[in-house]
Amino acid sequence: MKRRSTCFLGGLVLAAMPLASAQSGSLSLPKTVEAGSAFSIPSTGSGKAVLYIVGPGQVLRRSVQLGEPASFASGDLHNAGHYLAVLVSGSSTENGAFDVTAAHEPAVLSFLAKPSRVAVDLRDGISGVVYVLDTFQNLVLAPTKVSFQLSGVAGAAQTRTVLTRNGVASTKMNSAAKEGPGQFVAQVGNATGTRVIQQVPGEPCDLRMSARPSGQRLAVQTDPVRDCTGNIVPDGTIVTFTETYHGGESTVDAPLKQGVARAEMPAYNGAKISVATGVVLGNEIRWGK
Amino acid sequence: MMKNHILIACSIFAAIFVFASDQPAVRVEPTESLGPRTLEKQTKAAVIRDYLQAWSSFSRAFEQNRADILDADFVGVAREKLEDTIREQAKLAIQTRYRDGAHDIQLVFYSPEGLSLQLVDTVEYDVQILDREKVVTTQHVRARYVAVLTPTEVRWKVRLFQAEPR
Repeated sequence: MKRRSTCFLGGLVLAAMPLASAQSGSLSLPKTVEAGSAFSIPSTGSGKAVLYIVGPGQVLRRSVQLGEPASFASGDLHNAGHYLAVLVSGSSTENGAFDVTAAHEPAVLSFLAKPSRVAVDLRDGISGVVYVLDTFQNLVLAPTKVSFQLSGVAGAAQTRTVLTRNGVASTKMNSAAKEGPGQFVAQVGNATGTRVIQQVPGEPCDLRMSARPSGQRLAVQTDPVRDCTGNIVPDGTIVTFTETYHGGESTVDAPLKQGVARAEMPAYNGAKISVATGVVLGNEIRWGK
Repeated sequence: MMKNHILIACSIFAAIFVFASDQPAVRVEPTESLGPRTLEKQTKAAVIRDYLQAWSSFSRAFEQNRADILDADFVGVAREKLEDTIREQAKLAIQTRYRDGAHDIQLVFYSPEGLSLQLVDTVEYDVQILDREKVVTTQHVRARYVAVLTPTEVRWKVRLFQAEPR
C-alpha cells in the first residue's frame, strides 16, 4: 500500500515537473476588454516587473514599474479571444486571465450567396449566409440583426431580417418570376455586402410546332418556347423533331435561336412528326394523306 | 535496489500519464438541427477529426514558432491571425505550449450550400509560457471557442477561430 502510494506521488511529482514553481498571486484584471480599446492593468509594490499578455490571437510583453498601472493604447490588443496575463517580478509571479470581445460595431460582412445562377420562380432557391465581423476581423458574437434583400428587374423586393446566432445568420429567398440579374444585399448598420444572382428561365412549359412545305421537303418550326412564367427559354436548348414514315424514322436535333427551333425534314405522305425538348412533349402533325 | 525499482516504475507511470494526456478527451454533443442543411454522419466525423487535428497543428506551431505548420489545417483569417501571433512570439523570443486535455464539441450551424460549418467547443487546456526558453508560468484554462470550418480539396480547414467569454 505504502509502495503504491509512493509510486503515485512520485508519478505526480514527475508529471508536474514542467510546471513553473514560482510563488504565484492573482492579478487584478478587467473581466473583458473590447477589441481595440485602451485599457490598463494595475500593479502593486515597487521595483520593475515584466507583464505578459498571451493568447492565440496576440502576444504582448511589457516592462512595467510596479505600483503604476500598465497602460495599453487603443489598438494594442485587437484580436478577440481568451488571454492570460502574467506579471513576473523577481521570483514572484502573478497570474490572471481575461477575455477580449469583438468590437460592438460590425464593420465587415462575410456574405456567401448561392447559387450565382438559378432558374426563375424557384421557392427557397437562393441561400444567403452572413458572418458578422468587426473592423479587426473578429466574429461579432453578440446577437445582431441582419437585413437581407433580394430585388430583381421586376416585382417587389423580398426582405428578411434575421438575428445572428454565434455570429452567423442565414436565409433563403425565392427566385423572381422574371429572368434577369437580381441584387442580393445583406446589411448590418453601415456594413453591407452585395451579390448578383443571375435568374434564368426555367424548363420549357409548353411546346408547339407547325409545318409547311419547302420545295421537296418539309420545314418545321416551333412557336417561341417559354417557361411556365412566360420567359423565353435560352438559346442553345435542344429541340428534337422526329418523323416516322412507312416503318422508317428520321430525327433532327435543332438548338433554339431566339426561342424558336427550326428544321427541314423529308416530306413523306402520311408521315407523323413529333417534337420534344427535355421531358416536355409537344404536339404531333400528320403530313399529307 | 528496491528503491531503484520503485523509481523506475514511477518513471514509467509518469511517462504513461504524460503520454496518455497527449490525447485529449473528446465529447461531441448530439446534433439536433444545424439549420437548413442535413449533416451526414461521415461529414460530421470528418469535421471533428480535422478540427482536433487543427488543435494539434496549432499547438506544435506555437511551441516551435513555425507558422508553416498551420498550412494543413487553417485558412483565411484564422491562419493570418495565428501567423501574426507566431511572428510576434518569435520576435519576443517567447514560446507557448498549448496542451488540450478535453473538448466538449457542439456543432451549431451548417450552411445551406455546405460551404461552412460552425462549432462551439468548451475546451480545457494547459498553457505554458516560455521566455527565452525559461518557463514563466503554466496555467490551466477552460474556455469556449467558436470555430468556423470550410471544406477544401481534401479536408475541412479552420477559417475562424476565436474564444468567447464564458
